[in-house]
Amino acid sequence: MKRGVPVKLAGWGRVPVRGAEVVLDEDLRAAVRGVRLTRGLGRSYGDASLPPQEGARVAESRRADRLLAFDPDAGVLRAEAGLSLARLSDWLAPRGFAVPVVPGTGHVTLGGMVASDIHGKNHHAAGTLGAHLRALRLALADGRELEVSETHEPELFRATQGGMGLTAHVLEVELGLERIPSQWIWQESEPVRDLDELLERLSSASRSWPFTVAWMDSRARGRALGRGALIKGRWATREEAPPHAPRRRFQPTVPFDLPDWALNRASAWLVNAAYGLVSGRRSAGVVDPRSHFHPLDVVREWNRAYGRRGFTQYQALIPREAGPAAVRRLLEILTSSGEPPFLCVVKDFGAEGRGLLSFPRPGTTASIDLPLRGASTQALVDALNRCVIEAGGRIYLAKDALTRREHFEAMEGPRLAAFDAIRRRFDPERRLSSGLAVRLLGDPA
Amino acid sequence: MKAVLFGATRGIGRAIARELAARGDALFLLGRDEAELARSAADLRLRGAATAGFARCELLEPPGFDPALARAEAGLGGLDCVIVSAGIFATQAELEDDAARLERLLLADFVHTLAFCEGARHRLLARGGGTLCVLSSVAGDRARAPAALYGAAKAGLSHYLEGLDHGYRRAGLRTVCVKPGFVRTSMTAGLPEPPFAADPERVARRVVRAIDRGWPVVYAPPVWRLVMLAVRALPRAWMRRLRF
Repeated sequence: MKRGVPVKLAGWGRVPVRGAEVVLDEDLRAAVRGVRLTRGLGRSYGDASLPPQEGARVAESRRADRLLAFDPDAGVLRAEAGLSLARLSDWLAPRGFAVPVVPGTGHVTLGGMVASDIHGKNHHAAGTLGAHLRALRLALADGRELEVSETHEPELFRATQGGMGLTAHVLEVELGLERIPSQWIWQESEPVRDLDELLERLSSASRSWPFTVAWMDSRARGRALGRGALIKGRWATREEAPPHAPRRRFQPTVPFDLPDWALNRASAWLVNAAYGLVSGRRSAGVVDPRSHFHPLDVVREWNRAYGRRGFTQYQALIPREAGPAAVRRLLEILTSSGEPPFLCVVKDFGAEGRGLLSFPRPGTTASIDLPLRGASTQALVDALNRCVIEAGGRIYLAKDALTRREHFEAMEGPRLAAFDAIRRRFDPERRLSSGLAVRLLGDPA
Repeated sequence: MKAVLFGATRGIGRAIARELAARGDALFLLGRDEAELARSAADLRLRGAATAGFARCELLEPPGFDPALARAEAGLGGLDCVIVSAGIFATQAELEDDAARLERLLLADFVHTLAFCEGARHRLLARGGGTLCVLSSVAGDRARAPAALYGAAKAGLSHYLEGLDHGYRRAGLRTVCVKPGFVRTSMTAGLPEPPFAADPERVARRVVRAIDRGWPVVYAPPVWRLVMLAVRALPRAWMRRLRF
């Protein structure tokens, strides 16, 4: 077994914190031997990348970042699971390719993207990352190495997509790529007045635009609820795009933890006002894909702005059959709660993926950043979850930190049983586990 | 450039290899694990290396050095540069308590590294010259209690490289002695991070520049030249008291 070193780990939300014995090595096969969990860049918000118990062994994949095979004719790439999306995109773009589905940050690993079965602004058109996966190379809990795909061990292949790293350690990822006409994005944005308009425009835009998302001004109440901006994008044509590649910009860092008192309704108001000024106006033009897909990556370590008490992102899905009224109820609970809501993003989803615990399905998703303030944040998440259960929706595990097990079971009952069966088959002793698995799946603490 | 890299599957060596690959150099990797070498070679080819062959070579098995270098030279069809980043690291406490481990480290980082460099020197001089770039450490610049044993191996290595530079530069052998400070690699994972800690990519850019320019000594990041100038000037009585 590789040498591990004691490290305090946290997700992107900074809380909870748990001690772990971390194994960081270029040789991922060796690193995952005997560990309870593999984590990537730790960009899940809550406890998904934390060990199940204090001090348990965890492998970090980020040094396993090699490209292994690339077929430009077929548009297929194979790489090690620790390669970051940002690095991969930088390599692909000049070759005329892009990763077909990308999340809101580039600082995630391929393995982490698989484990969360991430979605992006093009979910309505392209589905989740899983729809583009060709194969995975896994290290099973018993040490065996296994190549899985739709034709070989498809159940394990599907369970690993969105399986939060609990089915096996992902060693290598084989992925179908998207051909891009230029290295730039054509982006248009327009203000929207209220929730009905927001949902209607989101759905009509998704018929002609590959990338759509809406920002909602969380200051708006009552009839104005849902006021915000619709942002649409597509890859720019060769004619529209500037002749040069996007330049690497300077990325400032949040240099220290902001004090807790800085996070209140007033600062939330200011953040939303500033965002409204920048994005709430009508605009159209060519932008750097990084600013379109990962606007917050402009500032490194921006999670420090939430101080030492940390924050969570609540992201839930309201299925289409529950209708816009259910979306409105969810947003009303949020905006009337007294918790300072920072950035709120709304997006419509297309068809459900094949991942056993994959998050998206047809409907509307809303995500909101909330500073962690103890019992009142927990009460808000509980209230939101009750609303989601009533609507037949679900929550996104990559973001979650506060959901209760009984609520999660009420959302996911039948899917959980199928997922549990796969885990029993490939890891009967529950060698793979995580903080999230203890909290939501009943793994031994 | 046709370069042989010993220890390029990991850490700083991996980053140097990627820098060279990105500009289209022809590379040949030496290392101890063939599966790892094959994956690194694939990575470097995709990142632009003109060629990327590999052969097994283990720092603790000196009889394999010459055959490995011969295969590299044949595979590249020439030889301009040999880069040695293979090595072992352990903390002072680990080495003080484990004589076998200490012996292994001294053999790998000093005795066998010199043996490998001697083989590379012969081959480069036989071709009329070239560059021998070796990863030493700032730990070899001044003895410090928390790195006395590792530092002794690196001091010996730096000493040897300076001697090579004096003796063979006129014959065409350019020696580059790299002295990194603390670099964030899996070798140093979990150690408390001192000031001026750097990522391997940054160190690699500087190393490649030193190879291109033929600098005999290069600190990476460059601030370490000043730091070590000061540290070397500290009186012995102070060094006894300071525990850094």
